[in-house]
Amino acid sequence: MQPSHFSAVLLFAACVSVVFGITMRDTPRRMLRYGIYCFAMFVGAAIVLSWVMFLIAR
Amino acid sequence: MATPPNRIAPTGRAAARPHAQGGLVYLPLIAGWLVPGAGHFLLRKWGRGALLAASIMGMFVLGLAMQGKLYSNAHDILDVLGLVGDLGNGLLYFLSRALNLGADQVQVTTADYGTRFIVVAGLLNVIAAVDAHNLRTGRKPL
Repeated sequence: MQPSHFSAVLLFAACVSVVFGITMRDTPRRMLRYGIYCFAMFVGAAIVLSWVMFLIAR
Repeated sequence: MATPPNRIAPTGRAAARPHAQGGLVYLPLIAGWLVPGAGHFLLRKWGRGALLAASIMGMFVLGLAMQGKLYSNAHDILDVLGLVGDLGNGLLYFLSRALNLGADQVQVTTADYGTRFIVVAGLLNVIAAVDAHNLRTGRKPL
């Protein structure tokens, strides 16, 4: 199995967000919201940092 | 915006912890470490346990599928940290070692991702096991 870097980010973010959501909050609704927040932050940070590195490398 | 973190459990008499009375208090912690999600299953948190098990085992299997490395010995400090992370997977790690799964050396780029997936799965499993322990002792509301 050889996923692209971005696919690996998505898989990583999905798995970690589920665990963070369940363990860091105490009601299902808040777990869901926090899980979605973590997922968005992981993916968003990866995209932003990728662009920063791209611009630095030019 | 992130939701606020868990409320801190009250202290004193108000903090009566019926779940901490009797039984093996550390059983969910140990079971959760050995088998991902088992700590929550013991506390009858079937949904949470299933999601945790799927996420952690999925991450571990994905790591192996990407030809990730399983740390077996520690030559330097980074190897020690990797080994500690891998050990967090509990029986998954020992079973994979017994079956000779996982690459000995990282040879392709995705194998490096896979190695990180396996280490992070172990660390997440420790967090999940501690969460089960907190549920058992009443530090986190059931």
